[in-house]
Amino acid sequence: MRRSILLASALATTLALTACGAGEPSGGSSADEGADPSAAPSASGSLTVWVDETREAAVQTAAEAYEAESGVDVEIVQKNFEDIRADFLAQVPTGEGPDITVGAHDWLGEFTANGVVQPIELGDKAGDFIPVSVEAFTQDGQVYGLPYAIENIALIRNTALAPEAPATYDDMVAAGKKADTKFPFLIQSDGDKGDPYTYYPFQTSFGAPVFEQNDDGSYRPELALGGDNGEAYATWLGEQGAEGNLSIDISYDIAVEAFAKGQSPFVIGGPWMLEQFQDLDLAVDPIPAPGDEPAQPFVGVQGFYVSAQSANALVANDFLVNYMSTSEAQTALFEAGGRPPALVEAADAASADPLVAGFREVGAQAVPMPSIPEMGSVWSFWGVTEASIISGKADDPVKAWDKMVSDIEGALG
Amino acid sequence: MSRARYKGADAGSGTFSGAGFAVKLVLIALVDALGVFGVLAAWRAGSWGILAAMVALLVAANWVYFTKRALPLKYILPGLAFLLVYQVYVIGYTGYVAFTNYGDGHNSTKEQAIDALLVQNERRVEGSPALPLTVVESGDGDLGFAVTRDGAVEVGTADEPLDAAPDATVSEGAVTAVPGWTVLDRQAVLQRQQEVTTLRVPVSDDAADGSVRTQDARTGYVFQPVLEYDEAADTMTDASTGVVYTPNDEGQFESADGETLPVGWRVTVGFENFATAFGDDRYAGPFVKILLWTFAFAVLSVVTTFALGMFLAMVFNDPRLRGRKVYRTLMILPYAMPGFLAALLWSGMLNKSFGVINQVLLGGAAIPWLTDPWLAKLSVLGVNLWLGFPYMFLICTGALQSLPGDVYEAARIDGAGKWRTWRSITMPLLLVATAPLLISSFAFNFNNFTLIKMLTGGGPRFDDASVPLGHTDILISMVYNVSGLDGSAPRDYGLASALSIVIFVVVGVISAIAFRQTRKLEELS
Repeated sequence: MRRSILLASALATTLALTACGAGEPSGGSSADEGADPSAAPSASGSLTVWVDETREAAVQTAAEAYEAESGVDVEIVQKNFEDIRADFLAQVPTGEGPDITVGAHDWLGEFTANGVVQPIELGDKAGDFIPVSVEAFTQDGQVYGLPYAIENIALIRNTALAPEAPATYDDMVAAGKKADTKFPFLIQSDGDKGDPYTYYPFQTSFGAPVFEQNDDGSYRPELALGGDNGEAYATWLGEQGAEGNLSIDISYDIAVEAFAKGQSPFVIGGPWMLEQFQDLDLAVDPIPAPGDEPAQPFVGVQGFYVSAQSANALVANDFLVNYMSTSEAQTALFEAGGRPPALVEAADAASADPLVAGFREVGAQAVPMPSIPEMGSVWSFWGVTEASIISGKADDPVKAWDKMVSDIEGALG
Repeated sequence: MSRARYKGADAGSGTFSGAGFAVKLVLIALVDALGVFGVLAAWRAGSWGILAAMVALLVAANWVYFTKRALPLKYILPGLAFLLVYQVYVIGYTGYVAFTNYGDGHNSTKEQAIDALLVQNERRVEGSPALPLTVVESGDGDLGFAVTRDGAVEVGTADEPLDAAPDATVSEGAVTAVPGWTVLDRQAVLQRQQEVTTLRVPVSDDAADGSVRTQDARTGYVFQPVLEYDEAADTMTDASTGVVYTPNDEGQFESADGETLPVGWRVTVGFENFATAFGDDRYAGPFVKILLWTFAFAVLSVVTTFALGMFLAMVFNDPRLRGRKVYRTLMILPYAMPGFLAALLWSGMLNKSFGVINQVLLGGAAIPWLTDPWLAKLSVLGVNLWLGFPYMFLICTGALQSLPGDVYEAARIDGAGKWRTWRSITMPLLLVATAPLLISSFAFNFNNFTLIKMLTGGGPRFDDASVPLGHTDILISMVYNVSGLDGSAPRDYGLASALSIVIFVVVGVISAIAFRQTRKLEELS
């Protein structure tokens, strides 16, 4: 009995192996190669790059140039930008991650704390980039990303409705009311979740940045948005909400649509909006400050990270430092995504467009978004509190703001 | 299947003859081929756990299908295998993660953490120039670097510090030939790229001068490690301060005065996650509210969808109604739509100032559907009713159509009215058929994360709580938040797994009790 089982199994297995063997010349060998991911790269060198939909074509072009010259296989994998951060963190340790991924500079703190990225030595090329873009990717003296775009918000003005750039916030509201449009100006929010990113320039004008900044521009995890300045900002938010100038129901889509229809002379937003406003005559101006200090928006820098577990680190670095840092590659990325390039040469070329130049000028005065991991704990309290103050749900703006500060301190531990 | 045929097939397998046996042999051969392929793939990838599981399954499959003693197993083995792989393994792995500190700062293995710390803490010597670099190979196959420093070419390997090579040929700034060395071309460099990136060529005999390394095999820089790892002692030493870091129980390197290095690794931490889950008093207040709402939401969702679905099923089951098929098809539409998409659409339609509901249907009213605590709860239930009733409608229609007509006839003869017939016959018989599905619907809604996340995101927030939770958050969305998976706190998969297990136990116990209760119903029929 037992022997017959063994015999039958052996027969079945032999049959299976013979079947495999028969197909060896054509199917078998290719299947073998496909099943062994580690063998292929060491033989010829290959590169896997995660990239989002917008930038896929631009990276593809650079990749083709690199493939042609080096003979390295570059595989471009399209991912949702929102998924990249978590997927990269989860997959790099398993060895399934990419060699290179696109990303934003504010992920850096989390990436280094989890050991999933490795430093990139830009060498003398570092000087070819706009300083803030390299600074944003620098932590503890090491550069971890190759920057390709800088993004920040500014005031976009419909010149047909408002010929002059407003000097102050009150000027802007007055000009908006004079234009007699549906909204005096537009700033997006996200319902009761708020949008502290877009509102940040207003907050900085009251002298209440989110974290304390070191001399070199990096942040340290000490909250700075409380105190008298923060409370003044909260009070102002409450007043403007009550007057109807600020509303949490204006979502991004609503703001863009209303501005495109000429329902307001001003919208506070980024270069990613411009595509929708092609029929309008536009100017880009600094954001007018409601407080005494300049209104500084956040600067976000986009770049490429190299995985700490990359088996192709040499190719990855070569591709980034020598092919993605060229003016052509950076310009192609700019044309694909609309964000001003991080490379000075490409940025200068792009600045021929006055709108790009306008954003770049505002960006020069802006502050980098904190990349320290503590920032994650701030967002969720921050936006909701701003929204509840603007909507009038919080009766006492100062009290709501103070509670927010203590809640964030509780979350930071 | 008749007993006789079964016997015949059995006899065939015993004598290795018959068409049935041949078919079986071929099918098992296919399974074995797949299995052996999987085993080989696992072998090459070094996944020993998968390899062991594959071998065990393969042996089990061969035994089961070639023995006479395991007839029931022949039928249930495929299902059992999938149950093991997709259910038991997942639950087991979640259970394992619940006892580790997997999360931000403890994202991978110790080896990877050490690698990351070393690579993060190897610094370019300040002010050192960029050195044009060529990868070369010595006669006995050792890799080396030829760099141009201060106009002169120098060559060295990992063991031999940089030494002048005056006879080297340089063209366009790059070394093209060095006597006694082979200059590697690009392809050769790429083939040995791991060796090239890990190669450190000392600048001189003094280690303090640093060593040359390259990241792209074109340019080299002089680097100096800040952290040094001693494999024998398993310690990290800061070269500049001399502080020694040793591994602690939390999966981090820790110095004598309690300072830890940033990158840690995964370790098991016992019941710590469970203690954290219930030990943080910031969560105590919201937790009770959320627990109550989760039960209310799950129960009300089942009750409302079942009530509406059953009502519609009975209406459309009436033969007097014309065009029933058209109506029935229309009824199924919400069911055919992806749930997350529908929830997103509803969240737009319920927007206070710009939503269709307020603007068009209610003539510009400003009803805070999603921002008022009670209205938001109502909206969640309403949308879930819209999403869920087609399912109940379907199963009720099916159950109604299979109800025996003679019972109704008997009821009519006994003089029962419509209400009495429904209460005493239709309802109990319907429940017998649908109760297990109602229980599974409860379990599904208890964890209906998609709806909450897409419709309200848990909002509106609790005004009196110090954690980012809201009035429509259910337990599973609370887990998502507490464990930082939504980005509002450092990610903690260990905590998330621990909380998931707690929810699993709650749902499991309730379902078990409910199934026990349904047995009473079955006695009716």
